[in-house]
Amino acid sequence: MPVDETLPVRSSHDIVVVRQVVRSWAVELGFNLIEQTKVVTAASELARNTIDHGGGGTVRLQSLRDGGRSGLRLTFEDKGPGIPDLNLALKDGYTTGGGLGLGLSGAKRLSNEFNIESRPGEGTRVAITRWR
Amino acid sequence: MERIPILKMNEFLLVSIQVDMHDRLAMTLQDDLTDRIVRDRARGVLIDISSLEIVDSFIGRMIGNIAAMSRVLDAETVVVGMRPAVAITLVELGLSLPGVRTSLNVDKGMELLRASLRGSNGDGHRDARR
Repeated sequence: MPVDETLPVRSSHDIVVVRQVVRSWAVELGFNLIEQTKVVTAASELARNTIDHGGGGTVRLQSLRDGGRSGLRLTFEDKGPGIPDLNLALKDGYTTGGGLGLGLSGAKRLSNEFNIESRPGEGTRVAITRWR
Repeated sequence: MERIPILKMNEFLLVSIQVDMHDRLAMTLQDDLTDRIVRDRARGVLIDISSLEIVDSFIGRMIGNIAAMSRVLDAETVVVGMRPAVAITLVELGLSLPGVRTSLNVDKGMELLRASLRGSNGDGHRDARR
């Protein structure tokens, strides 16, 4: 298994591929079924955000080791319009895309670490890490 | 074009989602199902998701839409076969599928639909069901 890989996130089909690759990494890292399901679901939400709000971008997968534990970090990046109000965007039910408004907040809840940076006009980077 | 098959079982329709859903497939399914509910005069829809390894908010929204459209067309929707790991993740995601009835498997889902159909036929009002 590679320890660092970047995939395109541009089409609906890419979301399916991201889910499959994230799943195989999670399995490889020894995540149990619930942990796998959580990280794949979070990846699916963020991949959709990257396309719907960021106009497409990439996801970088990194496997991490920290002492005895292993983790999976996913960094979604786009060069879209950015998010003017991050606090608002992280609120449950807030949406600008006609969805349920659970993408960001849900992905955050499904992860152990969550980091988001966004600059209006430049793009957005969301990183999540799930440890086992 | 790729399609999810819809099977007719007496007055019910059975949909088994076995592939990784993408946007267009989800839209096609909604269109096909509403057509079939009307054409087959279906009173209930069973959506089997036992093959789905994840349900994200996109698929959750699709399921909610199907349930709402079916209700408007006087058919009940029951989602069956959700995996435990999917249920745990779905709730943590913040999605509890409001307005969608669930059963553990197709048999139990069928029972639920029959029971609710009996209830509605008993008093002679199709719209007496919730």
